[in-house]
Amino acid sequence: MTARPEGLPSDRLPVGGAMRVMGSETEYGIHSPSAPGANATMMSARIIQAYANLTRQRAAGGAETRWDYTDEEPLHDARGWTLERSAADPSQLTDRPPVLDAEAVALAYGRQELEADGSDESGSLLMNMVLGNGARLYVDHAHPEYSSPEVTNPRDAVAWDAAGDLVALATVRKVAADPDLPPINLYKNNTDNKSVSYGSHENYLMPRSVPFGDIVRGLTPFFVTRQVICGAGRLGKGQDGSTAGFQISQRADFFEAEVGLETTIRRPIINTRDEPHATADKYRRLHVIIGDANLSQVSNYLKFGTTALVLSLIEAGQAPKIEVHEPVAGLQAISHDTSLTATVRLLDGRRVTALDIQWMYYEAAAKLGQETGVSDSFSGDGHTRDVLERWESTLGLLGSNPASAASSVEWLAKMSLLDGYRNRDGLEWNDARLGLVDLQWSDVRPEKGLYYRMLSRDRMQTIVDDATISRAVVEPPSDTRAYFRGKCVSSFGKDVVGASWDSVIFDVPGIGKLQRVPTREPLRGTEALTGQLFRKHATAGAFLRELLGLDPAPPA
Amino acid sequence: MAAQEQQQPQSRDVETEADAPEAPPAAPEAQASVATQGVDDLLDEIDGVLESNAEEFVRAFVQKGGQ
Repeated sequence: MTARPEGLPSDRLPVGGAMRVMGSETEYGIHSPSAPGANATMMSARIIQAYANLTRQRAAGGAETRWDYTDEEPLHDARGWTLERSAADPSQLTDRPPVLDAEAVALAYGRQELEADGSDESGSLLMNMVLGNGARLYVDHAHPEYSSPEVTNPRDAVAWDAAGDLVALATVRKVAADPDLPPINLYKNNTDNKSVSYGSHENYLMPRSVPFGDIVRGLTPFFVTRQVICGAGRLGKGQDGSTAGFQISQRADFFEAEVGLETTIRRPIINTRDEPHATADKYRRLHVIIGDANLSQVSNYLKFGTTALVLSLIEAGQAPKIEVHEPVAGLQAISHDTSLTATVRLLDGRRVTALDIQWMYYEAAAKLGQETGVSDSFSGDGHTRDVLERWESTLGLLGSNPASAASSVEWLAKMSLLDGYRNRDGLEWNDARLGLVDLQWSDVRPEKGLYYRMLSRDRMQTIVDDATISRAVVEPPSDTRAYFRGKCVSSFGKDVVGASWDSVIFDVPGIGKLQRVPTREPLRGTEALTGQLFRKHATAGAFLRELLGLDPAPPA
Repeated sequence: MAAQEQQQPQSRDVETEADAPEAPPAAPEAQASVATQGVDDLLDEIDGVLESNAEEFVRAFVQKGGQ
């Protein structure tokens, strides 16, 4: 291994602000109006298959699904990984992912349907792909899910999350173009309004040294209240939506616990899923399940940006010292109150609104940003100042004239549309047409999706432009290990037999055993560290030989 | 908010202007005020893209559980 050259970028991000390794996961609602009884898992597999056909990128059928930040030992290679030659047999490395696999689908729904539906040359249905932008696209139970690549800041989180919506759109178009398949619609929402919810999750990297109790205390009041800036809005109240009205959050009514491991039953405000390895002493992945899927870029940006700021507060020991009495009830009371005047009781006896609590967090984050210098307009980190400014202005609008925030805050944007219909046509809250507006708000097709209709009329502010999002569909972020993963898939796809968050596995003719390249450090494997290597080598063999320090190929 | 929308001078009859270029959406403040304009226009457009038979469409949207 070569020694680490001087002057390489550090593997640390500025501390105290909005920069942090983060990523999003979106489970899309899936529906085929012309085949309402169609099996959701089969339809989801068709979606993945459609993208595979579009991109011809190799599906990583055996990919691990754990988001694993384990770093077992110091990395010796300057470019960011510890090398190991896997002795594993290929059959072990293509071990089944923990989603319904093709065999199970065949057993449950008939092999004939499976075979007729298109499968790859090995005869197995694709359920799990790693994309050239570093993301993962797969079947999660009964929904297609896009998990974004790791990014370092909220602006990129918006770009690569929105890229997932374009991926979803591409699959819908591809299926619609097939005369033998019923068209499939995808919706970026979180409930069918019939008691079922599906998630939009966020992941944030944190030092493992921060006590989990601090995270719970610091985050709970924030999570109970952040919906006022990033709720996506929902028609109906209660898990089945049967109580007429409109509420701020898609997800609030589906939460029943304060802290817990579950994500599908008794959902907790703070999810403790960590999936630690024995040596995961350096990082933890904070898995956030309470957010709504956002189409509004400003809401999405603030969701990631303010949460990252609050995690910095917790790490610095400067989170507001408040505790909400009965936070689950508070979460729902706030969601059900679009006037933003509902109060929750703090354990110190005060009664405060959601906006009061958000202001407390804002003030603390602004102070920390100043102390650490990351919010400085010249010498800062380039992100924290903008997040703080948008947070402050959004809270200001919500406190003075909420309607004026309808171009940025998603629930207000949706509510403005619903109010428009109610006023024009005299509709009651339980009118089916309003239910359709709520649902169709999140259709990923721009000609059908009502969010996109608003966007096309300049009624929604944006954070990133269309060209940036289009680029994010095919290009990985440059500044995380997602760069290495994505470039391996797009440059050497036919020689990549598997990839996960923390490894890429090659099968290169002439090199013998499978080569597993671990990528356990999220801030290594960047373009700065590996870009030259990708540019230099046209073949996976030459690339791997230099990467792994193998003997050069014998002369032909 | 509803009251403000009602105050907008545009009526649903001026849809011929829908395709005319709108004012440049420069400052966020300006965008915010744009957002309260032309609601009727917007609803007319959305009438045309909403799926037919709202009740049946919404009822048929049944999902299996997720995370």
